[in-house]
Amino acid sequence: MGDPLFSHGVDLGAIVIVLVKVLVAFGFLLVATMLMIWFERKVISDMQVRIGPNRAGPYGVLQTLADGTKLFFKEDLIPEGADRFVFKLAPYLALIPAFLIFTIVPFGGVVNIAHHVVELQVADPPMGILFLLALSSVAVYGTMLAGWSSGSKYPLLGAVRASAQMISYEAALGLSIVIVVLRTNSLSTRAIVASQASAVWHWNVVRTGIIPFVIFLIASTAELNRPPFDLSEGESELGGGFHTEYSSIRFALFFMAEFMNTITMSAIVVTLFFGGPDGPGFHFLRWLWPILWFFGKTLVFCYIQVWIRASLPRLRYDQLMDLGWKTLIPLSLGWMLIVAGALESHTWAYCVLGGAVLGGLLLHRSVVVARKRRMMGTALLPDVDDRRRRDVATKGLLAGPESTGS
Amino acid sequence: MGYLSSDKHFFSGFKLTLRQVFAPTVTTSYPDEKRPKQPRVHGRHVLNRYEDGTEKCIGCELCAAVCPADCIYVRGADNPPDAPVSPGERYGFVYEINYLRCIHCDLCVEACPTEAITESKLFEFSFTSRADAIYTKKELVVDDEGRPQHLPWEDWREGDDIHTSAWMRATSPSGVAAYEGEVQWSAELGYGTRAPEGGQSNKRDDEETGTLSIRAVSRNKIPTRFGGEVR
Repeated sequence: MGDPLFSHGVDLGAIVIVLVKVLVAFGFLLVATMLMIWFERKVISDMQVRIGPNRAGPYGVLQTLADGTKLFFKEDLIPEGADRFVFKLAPYLALIPAFLIFTIVPFGGVVNIAHHVVELQVADPPMGILFLLALSSVAVYGTMLAGWSSGSKYPLLGAVRASAQMISYEAALGLSIVIVVLRTNSLSTRAIVASQASAVWHWNVVRTGIIPFVIFLIASTAELNRPPFDLSEGESELGGGFHTEYSSIRFALFFMAEFMNTITMSAIVVTLFFGGPDGPGFHFLRWLWPILWFFGKTLVFCYIQVWIRASLPRLRYDQLMDLGWKTLIPLSLGWMLIVAGALESHTWAYCVLGGAVLGGLLLHRSVVVARKRRMMGTALLPDVDDRRRRDVATKGLLAGPESTGS
Repeated sequence: MGYLSSDKHFFSGFKLTLRQVFAPTVTTSYPDEKRPKQPRVHGRHVLNRYEDGTEKCIGCELCAAVCPADCIYVRGADNPPDAPVSPGERYGFVYEINYLRCIHCDLCVEACPTEAITESKLFEFSFTSRADAIYTKKELVVDDEGRPQHLPWEDWREGDDIHTSAWMRATSPSGVAAYEGEVQWSAELGYGTRAPEGGQSNKRDDEETGTLSIRAVSRNKIPTRFGGEVR
């Protein structure tokens, strides 16, 4: 397909348009991040029956600006044991993917500017949505290298947690994207949006069943290290996690990346499942309505992210891994197979459905058995009789209270 | 996944936070507006005067003796016969309180035989030099209307400086714990005597507080401004 902007070759006008699109997206993201931080703090204080920032600017809108200015002028500390180059690199590895992911998001329709057909998105590469997966993998490096290069215990623990968590949840994230791609037959975000156009029941959230959307929402929250999955920065146990040693503007960059990712992921959810800029328009200012629809939907998902943060307590690490590996990945895998079967034929659909149910039951059974066995301990296994257990205990081969008791 | 099956289900948390959005905010924008203070708040001291303008302090140094933080310094002197500062023989010639040490325990107020030293409700004062922290008699004595002086670093608000020169007995006199219907406040210069507080038996019933203690009345005043009540 390719970008229609370059259908007549690359000329000066096309280059200028590309540059303008990049600059507009860049500036928009910066301002939106600033507003997002304010929005999050305001909404969360509403939910906690307090006022929130209200001193800087009207309704405290400029609070983020004030905080950012303060961070700029703080001392830039680099710990003695740190790997200086990687330590300085890590914040940018976190921030740049956050910027880049937004480039594939279509935030409007198609407009004509100076005889050029311009798609309202920074880039529409053919591999489209794979770009998202690639960049969210790069973002793991930002977190991981930040923790590793700090030369300190807690950041390292936070980084290990973060990378394990992000890798685990990326599987579920990818599988739910695969379902969308199966349904739309294209990787291009523009094509994904186009295939959902004109009616609510064409939106992927309906067409793929609601499950992939739920999985994507949970997995993307985990992927962004947002609460309730913010184990990598668990203040209560890690003293701040991977960014413990960071101060000044580098610290600000991490948080900019986090909040920018919140916006970007909301935009991606809207693109994949809610028709992107699709919505009823009017003849007056025809190009504006899709943009408004897109930002309206994105705002709703930003609100949902904040709502999740305000409502749910942080997961324990084993709960996090259980949810990722034992629930989300099998569920998304099974659903993917069912959707694939349903796209092929009815017979396939029922076969795959049966297989998925069978596999799900087996998995559930194995999880239950494993949990029961873990709780009972090795000594209470039915095939070990009392004498043998005592023999094992006296030889000191069996760990546990039995070996020290008699 | 136990939280999905119990009656406190997964979405009850979401419901709660969403309901909170529409609940009235409990925050007070503190420096701009303040909650009313409790009637017995221990704040910075005042040195009181009688209706004729003479000082109540007789320079007996009991307050300095009882002070656990050792922050009061008093020197008594004989009254000049032609212009006596206080009724009687002696008066407080030097009276200093160091607010870097004071813990506002009110033991000086308990000890004072003439109810000369009491505490106002002002606690929002901060200074930038140690010299400012030592209040001398010049700063502590009330003005001609019986009101505390307003120093530049003190945050007095409308109505904060009334009812400050009254004296509250914290311990029950003569070991009578109930201590009902007694006036626990001394007369105030310019304000007269306050009504006695209700005790715990609710026998009293007056215009200001009903059968409740002043404390209970003013406690209920706080949250009703914000549409709730204290639990």
